[in-house]
Amino acid sequence: MKLYLKYDTINLCRTILQEQLERLGINYTLEGIGELEIKEATTEEQLAMLTEALRHYGIEIVEAQKSIIVQKIKDTITEMVYHNDELPALKISSYLADKLNMRYTYLASLFSAVTYTSIENFIILQKIERAKQLITTDELTFTEIAWKLNYSSVAHFSTQFKNATGLTPTAFQRIIQKRRDKNDEENR
Amino acid sequence: MQNETIKILLADDDSDDRLFFQEAFEEIKIKTIVQTVKDGVELMSYLKSSDQLPHILFLDLNMPRKSGMDCLKEIRRIDRLKDMAIAIYSTSSTEDDIEETFVQGANVYIKKPSDFLVLKKLLSQVISINWQYHSSGLNKSNFMLSL
Repeated sequence: MKLYLKYDTINLCRTILQEQLERLGINYTLEGIGELEIKEATTEEQLAMLTEALRHYGIEIVEAQKSIIVQKIKDTITEMVYHNDELPALKISSYLADKLNMRYTYLASLFSAVTYTSIENFIILQKIERAKQLITTDELTFTEIAWKLNYSSVAHFSTQFKNATGLTPTAFQRIIQKRRDKNDEENR
Repeated sequence: MQNETIKILLADDDSDDRLFFQEAFEEIKIKTIVQTVKDGVELMSYLKSSDQLPHILFLDLNMPRKSGMDCLKEIRRIDRLKDMAIAIYSTSSTEDDIEETFVQGANVYIKKPSDFLVLKKLLSQVISINWQYHSSGLNKSNFMLSL
């Protein structure tokens, strides 16, 4: 006996998505066809499990996953540089791998592909940005800034600052001061 | 997001330099679109009339009719243009001259290299750092890079 079937693929996909999302306890809303909005509290682990579960049905998460991971890497680094008074004792690679629950080599290659820069360069960039911010507030000496950002010495800090910006911390400070004087003059 | 094309504008009166510049970008893996203008007057009228502003402007200092320095000062007084990064792209000058361009609001200073490979490397470095400022919400007023 041969049976003839008729099925509604859109409805089918919605049902699969609903079942899997609910099974994983992910808070979601289904938008248009092929669009899924996930609430912020979702963990990387849940996302990874969802990716795995959907692949079984031939459903692939196309774009968001990579951007989300890159954003998490950036957020983790930024938080580390800006909000922790002491940088983690672990190596940064292990710290990121632990925090995002993924292999560092995978994170590193994904990051470069999406942002055109490496994780290491991004960390240096963020530390130098933090240093600039501290320099412009005029409250700390270079030695204190170097210590706060976990450099082994003020010389090491100055070298990395110069390598990253082409300017010495002193020149940067002088430029900021001159810009302020110029603005004051123009506003007088 | 990662596939956004980066819009680049070059103001330079030397046609060879404009050609090298464009060729360098053709070989860089970041997706870019490069436009050029020939002098400061053309630059200012382009910026004032265009609704598609570049992410970054490369500005030669020595141009006829209106110098790069005059353009820099004028641009930094226009509110609509304040998010646009400005890279000075010039033949070598003194440390004081370089510092003065930063004081006037430049973000990058590149000494024009004579070697094409060096040019490619420098431009790719500038674009990638500029992209970080653009995409990671960094404070652009602290963006300074001297190469």
